[in-house]
Formats: sequence, C-alpha cells, structure tokens
Amino acid sequence: MTMAVVLALAGGTYAMRLAGPLLRGRITISPRWERLMSIAAITLLGAFVVTSAVAEGGGFAGWARLAGVAVGGVLAWRRAPFVVVVLAAAVTTAGLRFLELAA
Amino acid sequence: MSSLQRTRPGSRGIWRDKLLRDVLSIAAAMAIVGASLGAIAVSKGIPLWMITLMGAVIFAGGSEFMAVGLMTAGAAPVTAVVGGLLLNARHLPFGLAIGDLFARGPLTRLVGSHLMVDESVAFALAQRDPAAKRRAYWLTGIALYCTWAPSIFVGGLLGQQVGDPDVFGLDAALPAALLALIVPSLRDRPTLRAVAVGALVAVVSTPILPEGLPVMAALVGVAAALPLPRGRKGEEES
Repeated sequence: MTMAVVLALAGGTYAMRLAGPLLRGRITISPRWERLMSIAAITLLGAFVVTSAVAEGGGFAGWARLAGVAVGGVLAWRRAPFVVVVLAAAVTTAGLRFLELAA
Repeated sequence: MSSLQRTRPGSRGIWRDKLLRDVLSIAAAMAIVGASLGAIAVSKGIPLWMITLMGAVIFAGGSEFMAVGLMTAGAAPVTAVVGGLLLNARHLPFGLAIGDLFARGPLTRLVGSHLMVDESVAFALAQRDPAAKRRAYWLTGIALYCTWAPSIFVGGLLGQQVGDPDVFGLDAALPAALLALIVPSLRDRPTLRAVAVGALVAVVSTPILPEGLPVMAALVGVAAALPLPRGRKGEEES
C-alpha cells in the first residue's frame, strides 16, 4: 500500500465526481434529457443494488444476503418505513447466518 | 451556502425529522462498515493514519476495500488504481443527473462533488422538489463524510475486537437501504423498464467483466425507458 495509490485513486475519483457538475454548468439541458439522466442515475443505483445483493468479488454472495435484500425490497414496495426496511434486511440475513440456514 | 443552512433540523427535535432519522440510520450502518475496514487494514499492516486519510480523500467505501484487498494480496499498484476507478466511474453519470443541486457557486460545487456517494445521490433523487433534494443531498453527504473516516480510525484502533459486519447482516442492510430509496421511482413504468433491463445486464455480466463495469453496462437499460414524451428537438440516441 503506497501513498501514490491513495492519491491516484483519490484524484481520479474526485475528477469523475466533479466532471458531471462542471459539464452541467456549461450546457443547457432539455427537460427530456433531464428526465433521461435521472432515469440513468436510478438505473445505475438499481444495478448497484442488485449486483451487491447477488455478487461478491465476481462470485455468488450467498443466499442469506440475497434473502435479506429481497425482504427489504418487498417491504419497501409495500411502503414500509425506511428504518424498518433496513432493519428487516439486516435481521433476515443475520438470522439466516446465525441459524446456519444459509451463508 | 444557503443550502448548508437549510440542513439544520427544526426546533421540534431531530427524531421528528424523517429525513434526518433515515440518514442517521444509514450513518450508523456505515460506521460499523468503516470500523471493519479500519480493523482489516490495520491487521494487514497498513498504517492507521494512511487508512484514515484514505477514507477522507477517497470517500468511496467499495474502492477502499478493493484497494486494501488488492494491495495487501500483492497486486500491482496500477491494478488497485484502475480497479478502484472503474468501481467509481458511476459518479460521472450521477453528477450529470444531479449536479445542478450543488453547482450554484465554485465552492459549493467543489465541496458538493466530494460528498457524492450512492446514498447522497439516492436520498436526493427520492425527494420531490429541488429544495428538498438539495437538503437531502447535503445532509446525507455531510453525515456520511463525518462518519466514514472517523469510524475507520476507531476501527483501526480497536483492531481485532471489531467483529465481522456480515454477522449483523450489514452486507444486506446497505443495498436494501438504497433499494428503499429508489422504489418510489420504480412505480414509473419507463424507469422500471430501464432498471429491470439494466440490473439484468449487470448481473449477467458480473462473472465476466471486471468489478465496476457491470454497473456501468447497466446504462444500456436506459434505452428500455424510451420512448419518452418527446422534447422539442426530438433527437434519438443511437
């Protein structure tokens, strides 16, 4: 682990974070593009949720995690409060692991 | 800077503020994940000051875990950097979507950009009007930034006493929290089509693409949201 890696990763990440807002400040965007970009952001978040629910380092993350996220998803769809969704997901996954029903 | 002042909770107490309550529950989960990152890094011989600094200047958990894992496994430094940057590439489209929330002046743009993480973007997108979006973005970003590096530091100090966060199911809690934030948007049909196709593409490509790229590949799903009600110019992407 070297300082160069930390700085390169920090600089590169910051550049990608700053690029979007900088570009937005320079161009005017039609409502239609505005809508498409929000959909794109939601799509990225959705894909991030699903891949992190299913996979860990390129392999399957195990049924316990997937079950926890699924329980959270069903509760969220049924308009359960946010804190309930988060706790139910954690309790489901932790419970399955504790009872050794799933890894 | 007016957006910063709006992040103050009302005088009725913080637990009556739904947004603040939700943000604090995410921050609590992040604190435990940060502590485990600190403990892991120190156990692998990374100096405490360096892993804490990393949390402050990179502020993107996934890429920090990846860098620690790769570097201590003897991977080339360039692998850790490229891998981490691929994982963080989604921040560019995030900024295009919500960049105007904090692009009012040079200073708010510089600070606001650094606070861009999945959770701050998701909390902002979950709000209806621009003022609420701004408040959610700053509140989440500041709360998580103030949590992340300090919890890494504390975790590094505690070392072996920090248990595996997977025992508490936190690896399910954080994706579930993000899911709860995007669910209201999924009631819109075009958005649901885009997310369904994008998530499928991401999952299918996960075993074959390097980490980070499957999530970017999900952007092809946006095509499934079309056709949208046409704008004046009506250009189509190819």
